[in-house]
Amino acid sequence: MMKLLKTLMLAAMLCLQCMTAHAAIDAALLKPLAGDDPDARIEAVNAIAALASDEALTLLAALKNDNLYADPQGKVFIIANDQAFDPATGKTVTMPENVDGITANNRLRGAIDDALSALALLSPDPAQRLNSALALQKNAVAAQIPLINKALARESDPQIKDMLRLAAARANLEAPDAATRQAAVSALADSSNANLKPLLGRMLDKNPDGSYIEPDEAVRGEAARTISRINARLARTEFIGNLFYGVSLGSVLLLAALGLAITFGLMGIINMAHGELLMIGAYTTYLCQLFFRQYFPGAVDAYLLVALPAAFIVTAAVGVLLERTVIRHLYGRPLETLLATWGISLMLMQAVRTTFGAQNVEVANPSWMSGGVTVMGSLVLSYNRIAIIFFSLFVVATVWLILNKTRLGLFLRAVTQNRRMAGCVGVSTARVDMMTFGLGSGIAGLGGVALSQLGNVGPDLGQSYIIDSFMVVVLGGVGQLAGTVIAAFGLGELNKFLEPSVGAVIAKIMILVLIIVFIQKRPQGLFAMKGRSAE
Amino acid sequence: MSTSLFSRPAWIGIVVCTTVLALLPLLNLEFPADHALHISSYTVALIGKYMCYAMAALALDLVWGYTGILSLGHGAFFALGGYAHGMYLMRAIGRDGVYQSHLPDFMVFLDWKAYPWYWSFTDNFWYCMALVVLVPGLLAFAFGFFAFRSRIKGVYFSIITQAMTFAFMLLFFRNDTGFGGNNGFTDFKRVLGFTITDAGTKAALYMVTLMFLLGALLLCRWIVTSKLGRVLQAVRDSESRLMFIGYNPLWFKLFVWTLSAVLCGIAGALYVPQVGIINPGEMSPGNSIEMVIWAAVGGRGTLLGPIIGAFSVNGLKSWFTAAFPDLWLFALGLLFILVTLFMPQGLLGLVKKLRRNQQTEEVA
Repeated sequence: MMKLLKTLMLAAMLCLQCMTAHAAIDAALLKPLAGDDPDARIEAVNAIAALASDEALTLLAALKNDNLYADPQGKVFIIANDQAFDPATGKTVTMPENVDGITANNRLRGAIDDALSALALLSPDPAQRLNSALALQKNAVAAQIPLINKALARESDPQIKDMLRLAAARANLEAPDAATRQAAVSALADSSNANLKPLLGRMLDKNPDGSYIEPDEAVRGEAARTISRINARLARTEFIGNLFYGVSLGSVLLLAALGLAITFGLMGIINMAHGELLMIGAYTTYLCQLFFRQYFPGAVDAYLLVALPAAFIVTAAVGVLLERTVIRHLYGRPLETLLATWGISLMLMQAVRTTFGAQNVEVANPSWMSGGVTVMGSLVLSYNRIAIIFFSLFVVATVWLILNKTRLGLFLRAVTQNRRMAGCVGVSTARVDMMTFGLGSGIAGLGGVALSQLGNVGPDLGQSYIIDSFMVVVLGGVGQLAGTVIAAFGLGELNKFLEPSVGAVIAKIMILVLIIVFIQKRPQGLFAMKGRSAE
Repeated sequence: MSTSLFSRPAWIGIVVCTTVLALLPLLNLEFPADHALHISSYTVALIGKYMCYAMAALALDLVWGYTGILSLGHGAFFALGGYAHGMYLMRAIGRDGVYQSHLPDFMVFLDWKAYPWYWSFTDNFWYCMALVVLVPGLLAFAFGFFAFRSRIKGVYFSIITQAMTFAFMLLFFRNDTGFGGNNGFTDFKRVLGFTITDAGTKAALYMVTLMFLLGALLLCRWIVTSKLGRVLQAVRDSESRLMFIGYNPLWFKLFVWTLSAVLCGIAGALYVPQVGIINPGEMSPGNSIEMVIWAAVGGRGTLLGPIIGAFSVNGLKSWFTAAFPDLWLFALGLLFILVTLFMPQGLLGLVKKLRRNQQTEEVA
């Protein structure tokens, strides 16, 4: 707003310079401004704005900035910087005597602001023209048609031109001529503006006496067609929006659950502290950001690149430590592992709380990840979500490569399939266990980096993901990477498509219930491990 | 074995403990505040609360210690029992609430004009008591039936019970669910016509809790020493073998699971009037796991152990949160780790082991 105002002032100044040469505003339009009739003054402001000339802009800006004065005869002057202009002639004049400032009340100021923002259509700055066109598209009225047409004639940017056409069409909805109305209605069919629906819908309504509000049959038919096209477009936008947010949620779930898919899925360890490993990853990101702000303020955006390996190393180290000190002693006793790791999670949470405080810490997106791309007119896909979707796919691919193409992966699969036999042929099973747990924990750390870019980073971060993560792994089928991926994206989509109709909380509850029911039907999850086992 | 529920020393211990516990509220009522034998109302309220926890731990031990089913969702049953009783207590406030409406304050706040259908008849105490038993019981029955029928066990069962209590917590946090949302039920005024803040009412609630705890202990002990109890332990030790012998474990598991949920619900119902509040926080997954640690600390599969565990862990908690509030979660976390690593049989297991060592030394 301030920026807009500044540019307007600048424009006004520029105009002041060239004013002397230009034609002026009719004195008859100016006169009511000096009077006391509030309606006449607003009418005058609108009429002046409709001139859509630079002089009009100057005058309105002056009125807004209290630079407009009137002498006792009702003649209006713009006085600024100890210079006086007569807007009626467009000439600099000698400083008039006995002038009084013209004050604008709030209602008048509102009218001035609207007029000025519409006049921004003529601004040299394309961003301002875009904003103004966007606003007009929502609320253009018939009186603004000359202004819009004038702007259309000048406009070179195709995007703004399209918007202006829509705005003109909207303003033309109330045109007296049926053909113009029909053309306007059909032009609006390309709009994705939901606000138009009631306006068009009203055209199809009847007056109390039974006659249609819109007298022309053809216009009514066109309006019905336009409404259905707008509806279809809105539905499509909503669908694509849900699809995108579902994929985004799925990628978050995937990153949260992928580490668990390794520690729980492959090793069978119930790690209740998994959520806290995510949290530690997020806090490592925070520390990297602090470090860069302190020592490399010029390259703050690079902190994320350092945070990824740092988070992996830190959480992998924590994981290895846990495996060596606690979990190792509980192999084969899954329920005890569950309790012990829950204890670990409590301690980690409290440790973070005492170190960093109980409040959330602030992790900012690097500048290249903030903002978003607008598609289909109204849907904004934010860059951080897009980046995380690709990141999650990258991590899955890496994990797949590690499991299937490296020596560690080979050993890991061997130990999973037959621990004793693997030990017999010389695989150090204890070492493989440690490495695997470290890998799963490290991946949780990477997930934490991603989570820090989307939401709050606080000591309780992990708690909100632990149940979801387990659900994803259990639903996907233990020991199956593909199952985890499909379960994560499936749950994400399901959640986002349920949300609009039942609300976020009920959607979540429904999904939990669905999973519980599903597991009863298929205890082995979506993808079962092939093989025979007594249990 | 089946003629006597407990060994002689255990009986003596139970009788002594019950007598001491029963005397506490009397000492509180009979002696003036400055008397040496006076027990403060705070202590009595605290012990009353612990007894409810002990009953929940006992219920958990029945399924975990004896049948090998680890539930991480008993907090949901506990809270549902509490909410069922809470509905009656809310109705009993009458028009004494802040808004002096016949509706509870939170409903007035939401601008509701009438009770939702599931609040019907809740002004009747006995109907609510039936709900205390039926709601957790039916929920556990339905949940258990499907889970046990598909032979979900071990950690999978634990995880889905955790998801269950989490789902309930989310549901009860909603204002529109009609159970007071975030704040739950509080500001109770009276129960069965007695003012709830009266020392006498409190002592009565305490005594009722003690009786229920004792009753639950005897019932559980009777079950685990019966033939049914042997089957349950067989489920724990080797379910497949039991099936090959020709038993269908489904109904045994279902029975003990439902009974455990009902006991937990009753514990919750006794808890609410004594503590004066019930809110969805009771259903958080963390609370349910804390119940497990009570049973683990005392010694699972012993029935007496979980009661001792609930008292000692909560005693520790009360002391810690007053003395070093920041350290409590460290202590609790450490407790989880140490107990699972070094004391898998809990305190009672430790005592038994020491005694055995002593005997072997005497023999030698």
